[in-house]
Amino acid sequence: MAQVKKKQGKVPGIFINRRWCKRCGICVELCPKKVFTTDTLGNPVVKRPESCVWCELCELRCPDLALKLEGE
Amino acid sequence: MPTLTRQVSRGETGWEETGGKPGLLGYLRTGMMPHLWCPGCGHGIIMGAFLRAFDRLGWDQDETIIVSGIGCSSRVTGYLDFDTLHTTHGRALAFATGVKLANPKLNVIVLAGDGDLAAIGGNHLIHAARRNINITTICFNNNIYGMTSGQFSPVSPTGSWATTTPYGSIDRPFDLCELVRAAGGTYVARGTAYHVRSLTGLIEKALKHKGFSFVEALSQCPTYFGRRNQLHNAVDMLLWQKEHAVNVRAATRMDPEDLRDKILIGELYRSEAPEYTEEYARIREQVRQKAREGDLVQ
Ligand SMILES: Cc1ncc(C[n+]2csc(CCOP(=O)(O)OP(=O)(O)O)c2C)c(N)n1
Ligand code: SF4
Ligand code: SF4
Repeated sequence: MAQVKKKQGKVPGIFINRRWCKRCGICVELCPKKVFTTDTLGNPVVKRPESCVWCELCELRCPDLALKLEGE
Repeated sequence: MPTLTRQVSRGETGWEETGGKPGLLGYLRTGMMPHLWCPGCGHGIIMGAFLRAFDRLGWDQDETIIVSGIGCSSRVTGYLDFDTLHTTHGRALAFATGVKLANPKLNVIVLAGDGDLAAIGGNHLIHAARRNINITTICFNNNIYGMTSGQFSPVSPTGSWATTTPYGSIDRPFDLCELVRAAGGTYVARGTAYHVRSLTGLIEKALKHKGFSFVEALSQCPTYFGRRNQLHNAVDMLLWQKEHAVNVRAATRMDPEDLRDKILIGELYRSEAPEYTEEYARIREQVRQKAREGDLVQ
């Protein structure tokens, strides 16, 4: 597993496709920095984007390809 | 030669609203998304790992044929914007062998489940490995028949619950990687949905390998395997993979006692052997040469 390393103080844009997301909870539970929370319906919500270390694990582990990180 | 046209993606994808640039969209029949897999099903993670590995290689989608059998996992071909064959249960490798022999220049990839590849299709698997035909096979191993609602498969762990093992399975499971290696496969690796980054690397290597390459990708079926085996959701199942998988290199430094309930991941085996379509081309050329010289013994 690659080292979790912060890219020089930058944070990505975290985009979730609501039409594809099935609310499995993988991004919410397995993000090492607890960036996500859920709304009352169980939808993932980006709560603490500034804590993100850009490890990409949420994007790679999203079974529905519904999550995308973006940025330079 | 008729040209096959790829299905045109249709409909809105949902990405328009997010403002984000979608990843991997160029490889998907977006009109078919969202896919039918249950929430948290590992098959989607493995599909993503495969697409990212393929993307890294920069191969041409139109020179690549993806073949699947029948099962939840085998539904994967419906989502991939490649030339695809969704075949009959267990026969993905038989169809793939035909495709590869007809046109060895194509990249031929088989994506199918453990039930498909190891039960009904078990013979095709060992014989494809024995021939060392240049096909990459990724087994989506969720330890169960998901599509038909949870019968046990030849890789279900001893003691595990399935609809057909209501008191726990008494069968000893196959080690699919050992099976393929013993049968003659020349690249064998295992990864998990949890360790998706290394799984992607293993798939990339398998795709590049000349000969029969096999990646056992541990998936999770929260609906039928997890729910009935005290792993209550996809997250629990992924954490199970985290706790039970040991990298094959790290394992060499570990006490065998500590490895007893562990699963080795990483590149397990690699070798070289004559590749089947090349051997076929060679023998065909030999026979033609003899025929030209007029000494072909009938
Ligand atoms: C010849 C034949 N026998 C049985 C079936 C029923 N069947 C459909 S899918 C399946 C097993 C699927 O299990 P697996 O390949 O592990 O895929 P999963 O659904 O778990 O991803 C079976 C037995 C069939 N479709 N065809
Ligand atoms: S990349 Fe995803 S999983 Fe990693 S820290 Fe950021 S939000 Fe969490
Ligand atoms: S039944 Fe299991 S294998 Fe099939 S889609 Fe649902 S979670 Fe995945």
